[in-house]
Amino acid sequence: MEMDRVDQIIDKHECEASSLIQILLDIQSENRWLPKEALEKVAERLQVPLTRIQHIATFYKAFSLVPKGRHGIHVCLGTACHVRGAKRVLDAVKDLTNIKPGETDLDLKFSLETVNCLGCCALGPVVEIDGKVYGNTAPAMIADVIKNYD
Amino acid sequence: MSNITLQIDGKEVSAKEGMTVLEAAQSVGIFIPTLCHHPSLEPYGACRLCLVELESRGRSRLVVSCIYPVEEGLVVKTRSEKVDRIRKMILELLLSHAPDAFDLQDLAEEYGADKYRFEKEPSFCVHCGLCVRYCAEVKQKKAIGFINRGTQREISFIPEIAAKECWNCKECFPLCPTEALQAAFVLTKALAFSSSSLEPSPAE
Ligand code: SF4
Ligand code: FES
Ligand code: FES
Repeated sequence: MEMDRVDQIIDKHECEASSLIQILLDIQSENRWLPKEALEKVAERLQVPLTRIQHIATFYKAFSLVPKGRHGIHVCLGTACHVRGAKRVLDAVKDLTNIKPGETDLDLKFSLETVNCLGCCALGPVVEIDGKVYGNTAPAMIADVIKNYD
Repeated sequence: MSNITLQIDGKEVSAKEGMTVLEAAQSVGIFIPTLCHHPSLEPYGACRLCLVELESRGRSRLVVSCIYPVEEGLVVKTRSEKVDRIRKMILELLLSHAPDAFDLQDLAEEYGADKYRFEKEPSFCVHCGLCVRYCAEVKQKKAIGFINRGTQREISFIPEIAAKECWNCKECFPLCPTEALQAAFVLTKALAFSSSSLEPSPAE
Protein backbone atom coordinates (compact mmCIF):
# COMPACT_ATOMS: atom_id res chain seq x y z
CA MET A 1 0.00 0.00 0.00
CA GLU A 2 1.18 3.47 -0.89
CA MET A 3 2.14 5.47 2.19
CA ASP A 4 0.71 8.59 0.53
CA ARG A 5 -2.65 6.91 0.57
CA VAL A 6 -2.28 6.18 4.27
CA ASP A 7 -1.51 9.85 4.80
CA GLN A 8 -4.64 10.80 2.87
CA ILE A 9 -6.77 8.53 5.01
CA ILE A 10 -5.29 10.01 8.15
CA ASP A 11 -5.92 13.53 6.84
CA LYS A 12 -9.49 12.64 6.00
CA HIS A 13 -10.00 11.88 9.68
CA GLU A 14 -8.24 15.09 10.64
CA CYS A 15 -5.41 13.24 12.30
CA GLU A 16 -7.57 12.63 15.38
CA ALA A 17 -6.36 9.98 17.81
CA SER A 18 -10.00 9.27 18.65
CA SER A 19 -10.56 8.17 15.03
CA LEU A 20 -7.91 5.48 15.31
CA ILE A 21 -10.26 2.54 14.74
CA GLN A 22 -11.96 4.29 11.82
CA ILE A 23 -8.59 4.94 10.22
CA LEU A 24 -7.53 1.34 10.67
CA LEU A 25 -10.84 0.17 9.20
CA ASP A 26 -10.34 2.39 6.14
CA ILE A 27 -6.86 1.03 5.56
CA GLN A 28 -8.10 -2.49 6.11
CA SER A 29 -10.94 -2.18 3.63
CA GLU A 30 -8.79 -0.60 0.94
CA ASN A 31 -5.79 -2.80 1.35
CA ARG A 32 -7.44 -5.93 2.82
CA TRP A 33 -4.82 -6.05 5.56
CA LEU A 34 -2.75 -3.74 7.76
CA PRO A 35 0.91 -3.59 6.76
CA LYS A 36 3.36 -2.78 9.49
CA GLU A 37 4.63 0.38 7.76
CA ALA A 38 1.09 1.71 7.64
CA LEU A 39 0.62 1.09 11.36
CA GLU A 40 3.90 2.81 12.13
CA LYS A 41 2.80 5.77 10.10
CA VAL A 42 -0.53 5.93 11.93
CA ALA A 43 1.23 5.65 15.29
CA GLU A 44 3.60 8.44 14.45
CA ARG A 45 1.05 10.86 13.04
CA LEU A 46 -1.67 10.30 15.64
CA GLN A 47 0.85 10.14 18.47
CA VAL A 48 -0.61 6.86 19.65
CA PRO A 49 1.82 4.25 20.98
CA LEU A 50 2.40 1.29 18.70
CA THR A 51 1.58 -1.04 21.60
CA ARG A 52 -1.94 0.35 21.70
CA ILE A 53 -2.40 -0.01 17.94
CA GLN A 54 -1.10 -3.54 18.16
CA HIS A 55 -3.55 -4.22 21.00
CA ILE A 56 -6.51 -2.95 18.96
CA ALA A 57 -5.45 -4.51 15.67
CA THR A 58 -5.17 -7.94 17.28
CA PHE A 59 -8.35 -7.51 19.34
CA TYR A 60 -10.89 -7.12 16.54
CA LYS A 61 -11.40 -9.82 13.99
CA ALA A 62 -12.14 -7.22 11.33
CA PHE A 63 -8.43 -6.46 11.16
CA SER A 64 -5.78 -8.62 9.60
CA LEU A 65 -2.06 -8.27 10.12
CA VAL A 66 -1.28 -10.73 7.38
CA PRO A 67 -1.92 -10.28 3.66
CA LYS A 68 -5.35 -11.39 2.50
CA GLY A 69 -6.38 -12.70 -0.89
CA ARG A 70 -8.27 -10.69 -3.48
CA HIS A 71 -11.39 -12.70 -2.77
CA GLY A 72 -12.68 -13.56 0.68
CA ILE A 73 -14.64 -16.79 0.86
CA HIS A 74 -16.81 -17.36 3.92
CA VAL A 75 -18.30 -20.80 4.31
CA CYS A 76 -21.10 -20.98 6.85
CA LEU A 77 -20.79 -23.84 9.31
CA GLY A 78 -23.70 -22.74 11.49
CA THR A 79 -26.10 -25.39 12.73
CA ALA A 80 -28.59 -25.12 9.88
CA CYS A 81 -25.94 -25.10 7.19
CA HIS A 82 -24.04 -27.84 8.96
CA VAL A 83 -26.96 -30.28 8.90
CA ARG A 84 -27.53 -29.44 5.27
CA GLY A 85 -24.03 -30.54 4.32
CA ALA A 86 -21.84 -27.46 4.75
CA LYS A 87 -18.94 -29.69 5.69
CA ARG A 88 -18.85 -31.22 2.23
CA VAL A 89 -19.12 -27.80 0.63
CA LEU A 90 -16.18 -26.66 2.73
CA ASP A 91 -14.18 -29.70 1.68
CA ALA A 92 -14.84 -28.87 -1.96
CA VAL A 93 -13.69 -25.28 -1.42
CA LYS A 94 -10.57 -26.48 0.40
CA ASP A 95 -9.70 -28.87 -2.43
CA LEU A 96 -10.20 -26.25 -5.07
CA THR A 97 -8.29 -23.44 -3.41
CA ASN A 98 -5.72 -25.63 -1.68
CA ILE A 99 -6.07 -23.68 1.55
CA LYS A 100 -7.59 -24.33 4.93
CA PRO A 101 -9.85 -21.97 6.87
CA GLY A 102 -7.86 -18.99 8.11
CA GLU A 103 -5.35 -19.28 5.30
CA THR A 104 -4.55 -17.36 2.13
CA ASP A 105 -2.98 -18.90 -0.95
CA LEU A 106 0.44 -17.85 -2.19
CA ASP A 107 -0.94 -16.00 -5.21
CA LEU A 108 -3.10 -13.94 -2.84
CA LYS A 109 -6.14 -14.99 -4.80
CA PHE A 110 -8.36 -16.44 -2.07
CA SER A 111 -8.67 -16.23 1.69
CA LEU A 112 -10.87 -18.84 3.29
CA GLU A 113 -12.81 -18.35 6.49
CA THR A 114 -15.58 -20.26 8.20
CA VAL A 115 -18.43 -18.43 9.91
CA ASN A 116 -21.22 -19.47 12.25
CA CYS A 117 -24.49 -18.38 10.65
CA LEU A 118 -24.92 -15.60 8.14
CA GLY A 119 -28.54 -15.12 9.12
CA CYS A 120 -30.17 -16.77 6.12
CA CYS A 121 -30.38 -20.36 7.31
CA ALA A 122 -33.24 -21.25 4.95
CA LEU A 123 -30.76 -20.88 2.10
CA GLY A 124 -28.24 -23.27 3.63
CA PRO A 125 -25.59 -24.36 3.00
CA VAL A 126 -24.58 -20.74 2.48
CA VAL A 127 -21.27 -19.48 1.07
CA GLU A 128 -20.43 -15.81 0.83
CA ILE A 129 -17.76 -14.57 -1.57
CA ASP A 130 -16.78 -10.88 -1.57
CA GLY A 131 -20.12 -9.99 -0.03
CA LYS A 132 -22.17 -11.97 -2.56
CA VAL A 133 -24.29 -14.70 -1.01
CA TYR A 134 -24.63 -18.10 -2.64
CA GLY A 135 -27.45 -20.24 -1.25
CA ASN A 136 -28.37 -23.90 -1.50
CA THR A 137 -24.82 -24.70 -2.42
CA ALA A 138 -23.47 -28.13 -3.19
CA PRO A 139 -19.86 -29.21 -3.74
CA ALA A 140 -20.08 -29.27 -7.55
CA MET A 141 -22.01 -26.02 -7.74
CA ILE A 142 -19.61 -24.09 -5.50
CA ALA A 143 -16.69 -25.42 -7.51
CA ASP A 144 -18.22 -23.87 -10.65
CA VAL A 145 -18.75 -20.58 -8.85
CA ILE A 146 -15.19 -20.40 -7.57
CA LYS A 147 -13.72 -21.09 -10.99
CA ASN A 148 -15.23 -17.80 -12.17
CA TYR A 149 -13.11 -15.72 -9.82
CA ASP A 150 -9.62 -14.66 -10.72
CA MET B 1 -9.61 18.71 51.26
CA SER B 2 -12.39 17.45 53.40
CA ASN B 3 -11.89 14.57 55.72
CA ILE B 4 -13.99 11.49 55.38
CA THR B 5 -14.64 9.07 58.18
CA LEU B 6 -15.34 5.47 57.46
CA GLN B 7 -15.17 2.23 59.31
CA ILE B 8 -12.87 -0.58 58.25
CA ASP B 9 -13.04 -3.87 60.16
CA GLY B 10 -14.69 -2.05 63.06
CA LYS B 11 -12.02 0.62 63.23
CA GLU B 12 -12.75 4.32 62.66
CA VAL B 13 -10.54 5.54 59.85
CA SER B 14 -10.26 9.07 58.60
CA ALA B 15 -9.29 9.50 54.99
CA LYS B 16 -8.94 12.24 52.43
CA GLU B 17 -11.39 12.66 49.62
CA GLY B 18 -10.27 10.86 46.49
CA MET B 19 -8.42 8.14 48.36
CA THR B 20 -9.33 4.56 47.62
CA VAL B 21 -10.60 2.17 50.25
CA LEU B 22 -7.36 0.25 49.86
CA GLU B 23 -5.25 3.32 50.57
CA ALA B 24 -7.39 4.18 53.57
CA ALA B 25 -6.93 0.68 54.95
CA GLN B 26 -3.19 0.71 54.34
CA SER B 27 -2.85 4.08 56.05
CA VAL B 28 -3.90 2.50 59.33
CA GLY B 29 -2.06 -0.75 58.76
CA ILE B 30 -5.01 -2.92 57.75
CA PHE B 31 -3.87 -5.51 55.24
CA ILE B 32 -5.85 -6.27 52.09
CA PRO B 33 -4.31 -8.73 49.66
CA THR B 34 -3.47 -7.25 46.26
CA LEU B 35 -1.80 -8.45 43.12
CA CYS B 36 -2.17 -5.92 40.33
CA HIS B 37 -1.87 -2.90 42.59
CA HIS B 38 1.33 -0.88 42.56
CA PRO B 39 1.70 2.38 44.48
CA SER B 40 3.33 4.26 41.61
CA LEU B 41 0.85 3.13 38.95
CA GLU B 42 -2.70 4.16 38.19
CA PRO B 43 -5.32 1.88 39.77
CA TYR B 44 -6.21 -0.91 37.37
CA GLY B 45 -8.57 -3.35 39.07
CA ALA B 46 -7.58 -6.42 37.09
CA CYS B 47 -7.00 -9.20 39.60
CA ARG B 48 -9.99 -8.64 41.92
CA LEU B 49 -8.07 -10.09 44.86
CA CYS B 50 -8.54 -6.92 46.88
CA LEU B 51 -12.31 -7.18 46.97
CA VAL B 52 -14.04 -6.17 50.20
CA GLU B 53 -17.60 -6.14 51.47
CA LEU B 54 -19.38 -2.82 51.93
CA GLU B 55 -22.41 -2.21 54.02
CA SER B 56 -24.70 0.69 53.47
CA ARG B 57 -28.35 1.02 54.36
CA GLY B 58 -28.60 -2.55 55.46
CA ARG B 59 -27.46 -3.96 52.16
CA SER B 60 -24.08 -5.43 51.50
CA ARG B 61 -22.14 -5.54 48.28
CA LEU B 62 -18.71 -6.43 47.05
CA VAL B 63 -16.37 -3.89 45.52
CA VAL B 64 -12.76 -3.85 44.46
CA SER B 65 -10.98 -1.77 47.09
CA CYS B 66 -8.05 -0.61 44.96
CA ILE B 67 -10.32 1.45 42.72
CA TYR B 68 -13.26 2.22 45.02
CA PRO B 69 -13.13 5.76 46.42
CA VAL B 70 -13.84 6.33 50.10
CA GLU B 71 -17.25 7.65 51.09
CA GLU B 72 -18.49 9.17 54.31
CA GLY B 73 -19.85 6.57 56.67
CA LEU B 74 -18.85 3.50 54.68
CA VAL B 75 -18.68 0.28 56.65
CA VAL B 76 -16.02 -1.95 55.13
CA LYS B 77 -15.24 -5.53 55.96
CA THR B 78 -11.97 -6.80 54.53
CA ARG B 79 -12.79 -10.35 55.57
CA SER B 80 -16.15 -12.03 55.77
CA GLU B 81 -17.50 -15.41 54.90
CA LYS B 82 -18.49 -14.13 51.45
CA VAL B 83 -15.24 -12.27 50.78
CA ASP B 84 -13.15 -15.25 51.84
CA ARG B 85 -15.10 -17.64 49.65
CA ILE B 86 -14.74 -15.48 46.56
CA ARG B 87 -11.12 -14.64 47.25
CA LYS B 88 -10.37 -18.32 47.54
CA MET B 89 -11.93 -18.91 44.13
CA ILE B 90 -10.00 -16.03 42.57
CA LEU B 91 -6.79 -17.45 44.01
CA GLU B 92 -7.57 -20.85 42.57
CA LEU B 93 -8.19 -19.37 39.15
CA LEU B 94 -4.96 -17.36 39.28
CA LEU B 95 -3.02 -20.39 40.45
CA SER B 96 -4.23 -22.49 37.56
CA HIS B 97 -2.20 -20.13 35.36
CA ALA B 98 0.76 -19.77 37.66
CA PRO B 99 0.81 -22.57 40.25
CA ASP B 100 4.26 -21.63 41.52
CA ALA B 101 3.73 -17.90 41.75
CA PHE B 102 5.58 -16.88 44.85
CA ASP B 103 3.22 -14.12 45.94
CA LEU B 104 0.22 -16.40 45.85
CA GLN B 105 1.49 -19.30 47.94
CA ASP B 106 0.96 -17.80 51.39
CA LEU B 107 -2.42 -16.44 50.43
CA ALA B 108 -3.43 -19.80 49.05
CA GLU B 109 -2.58 -21.37 52.36
CA GLU B 110 -4.41 -18.74 54.35
CA TYR B 111 -7.59 -19.04 52.32
CA GLY B 112 -7.35 -22.78 51.83
CA ALA B 113 -7.14 -22.45 48.06
CA ASP B 114 -6.31 -25.62 46.20
CA LYS B 115 -3.96 -24.72 43.38
CA TYR B 116 -4.85 -27.82 41.45
CA ARG B 117 -8.59 -27.31 41.67
CA PHE B 118 -8.78 -26.14 38.07
CA GLU B 119 -7.03 -27.74 35.19
CA LYS B 120 -3.57 -26.33 34.75
CA GLU B 121 -3.40 -23.68 32.06
CA PRO B 122 0.29 -22.83 32.12
CA SER B 123 0.19 -19.45 30.47
CA PHE B 124 2.09 -18.02 33.48
CA CYS B 125 0.65 -14.61 32.74
CA VAL B 126 -2.30 -13.54 34.87
CA HIS B 127 -2.85 -10.31 32.94
CA CYS B 128 -2.16 -8.11 35.92
CA GLY B 129 -0.72 -5.57 33.48
CA LEU B 130 2.07 -4.55 35.86
CA CYS B 131 4.80 -4.91 33.26
CA VAL B 132 2.74 -3.18 30.57
CA ARG B 133 1.64 -0.32 32.81
CA TYR B 134 5.05 0.19 34.35
CA CYS B 135 6.65 0.50 30.94
CA ALA B 136 4.01 2.99 29.81
CA GLU B 137 3.46 5.01 32.97
CA VAL B 138 6.80 5.08 34.76
CA LYS B 139 9.34 4.55 32.00
CA GLN B 140 7.14 6.07 29.29
CA LYS B 141 8.68 3.76 26.72
CA LYS B 142 5.65 1.69 25.76
CA ALA B 143 7.81 -1.16 24.58
CA ILE B 144 5.42 -3.82 25.81
CA GLY B 145 1.69 -4.24 25.42
CA PHE B 146 -1.09 -6.78 25.30
CA ILE B 147 -2.18 -8.47 22.11
CA ASN B 148 -5.19 -10.62 21.18
CA ARG B 149 -8.12 -11.11 23.51
CA GLY B 150 -9.88 -13.56 25.75
CA THR B 151 -7.97 -16.75 26.37
CA GLN B 152 -5.45 -15.78 23.69
CA ARG B 153 -4.44 -12.54 25.35
CA GLU B 154 -0.73 -12.21 26.01
CA ILE B 155 2.06 -9.72 26.38
CA SER B 156 4.16 -8.71 23.41
CA PHE B 157 7.12 -6.40 22.87
CA ILE B 158 7.57 -4.07 19.93
CA PRO B 159 10.99 -5.32 18.75
CA GLU B 160 12.19 -1.95 17.42
CA ILE B 161 11.52 -0.23 20.72
CA ALA B 162 12.66 -3.17 22.81
CA ALA B 163 15.99 -3.41 21.01
CA LYS B 164 16.73 0.18 21.95
CA GLU B 165 15.32 0.37 25.44
CA CYS B 166 14.95 -2.95 27.17
CA TRP B 167 18.47 -4.27 27.70
CA ASN B 168 19.36 -1.32 29.87
CA CYS B 169 16.12 -1.35 31.81
CA LYS B 170 14.47 -4.73 32.46
CA GLU B 171 12.67 -3.13 35.39
CA CYS B 172 9.46 -4.90 34.50
CA PHE B 173 10.94 -8.35 35.10
CA PRO B 174 10.89 -8.33 38.91
CA LEU B 175 7.39 -6.81 38.95
CA CYS B 176 5.79 -9.90 37.51
CA PRO B 177 3.93 -11.75 40.25
CA THR B 178 3.97 -15.10 38.50
CA GLU B 179 7.36 -15.76 37.09
CA ALA B 180 10.11 -13.22 36.77
CA LEU B 181 11.22 -14.91 33.61
CA GLN B 182 7.97 -14.46 31.77
CA ALA B 183 8.74 -11.03 30.37
CA ALA B 184 12.35 -12.04 29.86
CA PHE B 185 11.28 -14.94 27.74
CA VAL B 186 8.89 -12.93 25.62
CA LEU B 187 11.47 -10.21 25.22
CA THR B 188 14.16 -12.61 24.08
CA LYS B 189 11.78 -14.18 21.65
CA ALA B 190 10.78 -10.78 20.28
CA LEU B 191 14.38 -9.81 19.67
CA ALA B 192 15.71 -13.11 18.44
CA PHE B 193 12.89 -13.79 16.00
CA SER B 194 12.21 -10.18 15.45
CA SER B 195 8.97 -10.59 13.57
CA SER B 196 6.54 -8.99 15.97
CA SER B 197 2.88 -9.72 16.08
CA LEU B 198 2.56 -6.82 13.69
CA GLU B 199 4.28 -8.73 10.96
CA PRO B 200 3.08 -11.72 9.05
CA SER B 201 4.63 -14.70 10.80
CA PRO B 202 6.16 -17.44 8.70
CA ALA B 203 3.77 -20.33 8.24
CA GLU B 204 4.16 -22.80 11.06
S1 SF4 C 1 3.79 -11.01 32.31
FE1 SF4 C 1 3.65 -10.93 34.56
S2 SF4 C 1 3.67 -8.72 35.03
FE2 SF4 C 1 3.19 -8.90 32.86
S3 SF4 C 1 0.92 -8.93 32.78
FE3 SF4 C 1 1.59 -11.07 32.83
S4 SF4 C 1 1.55 -11.63 34.99
FE4 SF4 C 1 1.49 -9.39 34.91
S1 FES D 1 -26.51 -21.56 9.76
FE1 FES D 1 -25.70 -20.90 7.87
S2 FES D 1 -26.83 -19.11 7.52
FE2 FES D 1 -27.58 -19.72 9.46
S1 FES E 1 -5.31 -5.21 43.52
FE1 FES E 1 -7.32 -4.51 43.28
S2 FES E 1 -7.98 -5.60 41.55
FE2 FES E 1 -5.90 -6.19 41.70
